[in-house]
Amino acid sequence: MHGAWKVLAASMGLGLVLSGCSGGGSPAPANSALTAHGPINIWYSNNEQEVAWGKAMVEAWNSAHPDEKIDGQEIPAGKTSEEVIGAAITAGTAPCLVFNTAPSAVGQFQRQGGLVNLSSFPDGASYIEARTAAAADQYKAEDGGYYQLPWKSNPVMIFYNKDLFAKAGLDPDKPNLSTFDDFLAAARKIKSSGAAKYAIYPAPTSEFFQTQFDFMPLYAAESGGKQIVQDGKATFNDASGLAVANFWKTIYSEGLAGKETVQGDAFATKISAMAIVGPWAIASYKGKVNWGAVPVPTSAGKPADQIYTFSDAKNVGLFTACKNQGTAWDVLKFATSTDQDGKLLSTTGQMPMRQDLQKAYPDFFAKNTAYKQFGDQAARTVEVPGGPHTVEVLQTLRDAYTKAVISGEGDLQQALNDAASKVDNILAG
Amino acid sequence: MTSAVAPAATTGTRPVSEHQRHRRRQGVLGWLFSAPYLVYVAVIFAYPLGFAIYMSLYDYFFTAPGVNVVRPFLGVRNYTRALTDPAVQRAFLNVGEFLLINVPLTVVLSLVLATLLNQVVHARAFLRVSYYLPYLTASVAVVGVWLFLFSGSGLVNQLLGPLAPNPSWLVNERLAMPSIALFVTWKQLGFYILLYLAALQNVGKELYEAAATDGATWWQSFWNVTVPGVRSATVLVLLLSTIVGANLFTEPYLLTGGGGPNGASASPVLVMYQQGIEQGKPGYAAAIGVLLVAFTLIIAWLQNRFGSERG
Repeated sequence: MHGAWKVLAASMGLGLVLSGCSGGGSPAPANSALTAHGPINIWYSNNEQEVAWGKAMVEAWNSAHPDEKIDGQEIPAGKTSEEVIGAAITAGTAPCLVFNTAPSAVGQFQRQGGLVNLSSFPDGASYIEARTAAAADQYKAEDGGYYQLPWKSNPVMIFYNKDLFAKAGLDPDKPNLSTFDDFLAAARKIKSSGAAKYAIYPAPTSEFFQTQFDFMPLYAAESGGKQIVQDGKATFNDASGLAVANFWKTIYSEGLAGKETVQGDAFATKISAMAIVGPWAIASYKGKVNWGAVPVPTSAGKPADQIYTFSDAKNVGLFTACKNQGTAWDVLKFATSTDQDGKLLSTTGQMPMRQDLQKAYPDFFAKNTAYKQFGDQAARTVEVPGGPHTVEVLQTLRDAYTKAVISGEGDLQQALNDAASKVDNILAG
Repeated sequence: MTSAVAPAATTGTRPVSEHQRHRRRQGVLGWLFSAPYLVYVAVIFAYPLGFAIYMSLYDYFFTAPGVNVVRPFLGVRNYTRALTDPAVQRAFLNVGEFLLINVPLTVVLSLVLATLLNQVVHARAFLRVSYYLPYLTASVAVVGVWLFLFSGSGLVNQLLGPLAPNPSWLVNERLAMPSIALFVTWKQLGFYILLYLAALQNVGKELYEAAATDGATWWQSFWNVTVPGVRSATVLVLLLSTIVGANLFTEPYLLTGGGGPNGASASPVLVMYQQGIEQGKPGYAAAIGVLLVAFTLIIAWLQNRFGSERG
């Protein structure tokens, strides 16, 4: 028996010793990989519409490039895509391109040495900036490089159910939802009339990313386009942050939104009369909800063309595990060309992040008027703060939010100040 | 039997008896048969634990192969930080609360149900499968049913009527963890019932007959014959349910939406997941993990010390 313990102890010791020289494995691709051409593999989202676009794009490329074929597949299943990609980076098995890279994860992937700086390609930065214009700035890393290509956004807006609004005695064609007070009045009417059990139902759970779908869109609008962190300091405890937090606190304290995890989509199942989401969801509402959409509210009711919101963007990362990075860059440009962006827009309804989007695809927006406002809103979006601490920052804000806003515990300003102070410490390292 | 003692040594080498040779052969065979399991434990358990201890001493983070990065040595700073982190402290208290409810409930319910199932004549297979089914079903699937049962307008609250808690079970800071403990107890019960059923087959029937002859009631027979008869199985159930409970993750992740409300159902493993995987601080997460191993070992040692027959 003692012998067995010795074996186990030796294994633990081996773990300690070998870990000292870990981080080995195959060497990182040399710069020559940047110009290497050949077959590559890519991952795309498992969303039905994006799979359709991804397959068509791969087919189009492969038929024209028989020596540089793409092997495309959906991102392997996991708790989150970011977890799967992070593990693949560590294992050295990341694909060449992932067409579903969350900006909140890019800082960590970069720190892991998993992402290629796209500015390393001679036309890298110029291509990104020509396509996305000034909005690309939000996706620039601290070192000035681009470790992600801004691909598509899903500007978050307020969706409302026209039938339920009519049932509640609200104007279904021109609902008055632009100010916090108007929104609250409409929400109270929905609830009191029994048109729906809840007025709106943002996920009340504690995951870091939920902050992006309640606090952040309204904060972007209220503050005139501020990120929750600027110049290494938290901004969300300012007057705009307090106004937004107060608005949501009222929503929860009056029972206008649910505090429990809801199974399925509360808006699609008519549990709530409104939702706060981007245009990707339109496909899932088809045939279920007679919907309309308006910009997120502000305290003063700013005009629609001045409203900012959260982008809910998904970008493309080119990974260092890729041997044929030259081909990967060519594919990236092909997949984000005017032609492919048009196909993405028409197949998925999501907004390619290119300047003058509506001018680039006038036919689509003329034919699909419901998407016009999303195209317009896409020009005014705010992203999560960059860097390796994004998730920690979002989780800190979320923890404060669930306690002070959803549960309504303690002083709101104090909670925001405490969270801001924690965020400042995190960012100061 | 001939004596195995060899003639006195004259050549300076120690004489090897037949008995010693036999023992040595047995020893080699023993190692050979144990080797697959030992290799498994060494590779799957001991090596990762050693690696986790190493990680916990550094500002460690995962990198792509071949990427050279500086990971500063922190000594015990990850540990001091974990021990003073309110979120970690809360998670350990939460899991302590969970274990206090889950472990005794698991032991009592599984023993009583196994005893009853052992006595059932009709529909025995059906009943055994019924208890085992939740254990076999993925938590992800069963969580949906519990969300339906324990939501504000769910079946449980409708039955309770005015006695229903407000806020409801899973969003109530005081009731979230007990609700999870109940869920896990129910879900795991089938496995522990099976352990007890196996143990019950070893309790001699003559003991029950003797008890009956002495005029023992069902309860006296259960308490004085069954309970001592399955004592080793009880220690096993205690240990396993403690270890499984200390590793609680899926239920607070899914049932209470990431350890809510306000961290009331966050477990150490959930905090490790948030810190290590989501926030990119595996060194800190490893320190929490090592503390959890120590915490679990202490409880398991106490259970073994006071629960086993040696104790």
